[in-house]
Amino acid sequence: MLQTTLVAAAEAQNPLLPQPYDIIWSAVCFVVILFFFWRLVLPRMKTLLDQRSAAIEGNMEKADEAQREAEAALEQYTAQLAEARSEAAKIREQARVDAQRIGTEITAQAHTDADRAKANAQVAIEAERQAALVSLRSEVGSLAIDLASGVIGESLSDDKKATALVDRFLADLEAADTAASDTSGKK
Amino acid sequence: MNLLALVAATDDGGFHGPSIDEFFPPAIFLAGTPFEINRIILIRFLVVIAIVLIFWLGTRRMKVVPGRFQSVVEMGLDFARVNIAEDLLGKKDGRRFLPLITTILILVFSFNITGVIPFLNISGNATIGMPLVLAIVAWIAFIYAGLRKHPGAFFKNALFPPGVPWPLYIIVTPIELVSTFILRPITLTLRLLMNMIVGHLLLVLFFSATSFFLFTATQTSIFYGLFGVGTIAFGFVFTLFEILVAVLQAYVFALLTTVYIQLALADEH
Repeated sequence: MLQTTLVAAAEAQNPLLPQPYDIIWSAVCFVVILFFFWRLVLPRMKTLLDQRSAAIEGNMEKADEAQREAEAALEQYTAQLAEARSEAAKIREQARVDAQRIGTEITAQAHTDADRAKANAQVAIEAERQAALVSLRSEVGSLAIDLASGVIGESLSDDKKATALVDRFLADLEAADTAASDTSGKK
Repeated sequence: MNLLALVAATDDGGFHGPSIDEFFPPAIFLAGTPFEINRIILIRFLVVIAIVLIFWLGTRRMKVVPGRFQSVVEMGLDFARVNIAEDLLGKKDGRRFLPLITTILILVFSFNITGVIPFLNISGNATIGMPLVLAIVAWIAFIYAGLRKHPGAFFKNALFPPGVPWPLYIIVTPIELVSTFILRPITLTLRLLMNMIVGHLLLVLFFSATSFFLFTATQTSIFYGLFGVGTIAFGFVFTLFEILVAVLQAYVFALLTTVYIQLALADEH
């Protein structure tokens, strides 16, 4: 210890004066590390950075693609929805028009039916009336003949007899009339 | 220094303060030749092997999505690339000088940090060789950059700045010569070297004092042990500080090298 300290002191080492071995080995260390980084590490790093930016760009492109697809799908769906809406509106409109038309037709049909029924009924009534008129006319003729023969068969000098005759005639007429209306009612 | 040597010599059981001899350890191999290898040189070799191993393994199978180890390695490389080279020189020139800047940053940091690694305990930059070599490299680099960018005009622009009236060149030219071409490498060297020397001396002082107070002085009085607690606390704090200094000096060295290159590349001086 004593020896080395004294030797060191005697040599008066100056830390600012570089020793040859110090410079040489420092230079060797520097050159080794410089070449190591220059030739190996930094090219590897550069490759990695290129790959990374390529990957990021690829992913962004993919994302853009997906975005575009989603937008296209949305547009398509919106278009389909609008089409479906207009279709539904058209169907509804059609149904409304149909309903109106059917209603009108049914009403018209009903009117026609009613008119026809009424016409039938009038025809029937007319026929009935014609029949009654015909039968009445023929009966009135025969009655008039009966009455005339009865008047002619009896003596008209007697007032009392004449009156009785007329009364009887009228009563017969009435009875015949009643019987005739009964038979027509039954029919 | 003589006083310290005397103290050490006279009292063998006493306090051994750190001396400048710390930085001239005895040779281990090839003593006396220009290829002498001592403890500090061995530490440098160890660091070089460590750097090669870490960055070789860290960049061997790089993945686009990095793992933990790869992230750390990438962070170191990205710091040199993005925060120093591309920030100051731009993409194109930054790429040209990136190997140099990365080497300086990683090398200076790795050699600095050995000052606080147990059993190594001395910075690889604590002898003048390494800072000097790096400073000369930086010096060559910025002169090379300037000559390539402005062939013929670089030294003229650097020594005779355009736009200055010619009588002023009597003053300006010597100042520019000294500050640009002489002081730059000297300050680069000394800033790093002195930070490492002083950091090492401080740590040695604190820890040797701790050893003295705890193991030697307590034989006289147990009271001295309290001083030992104080010095070890200081030693701990300064160890943390030395880590900061290691990072900071590496950043400063790489940054200044880049700034000098940037100034040489600039169109106007």
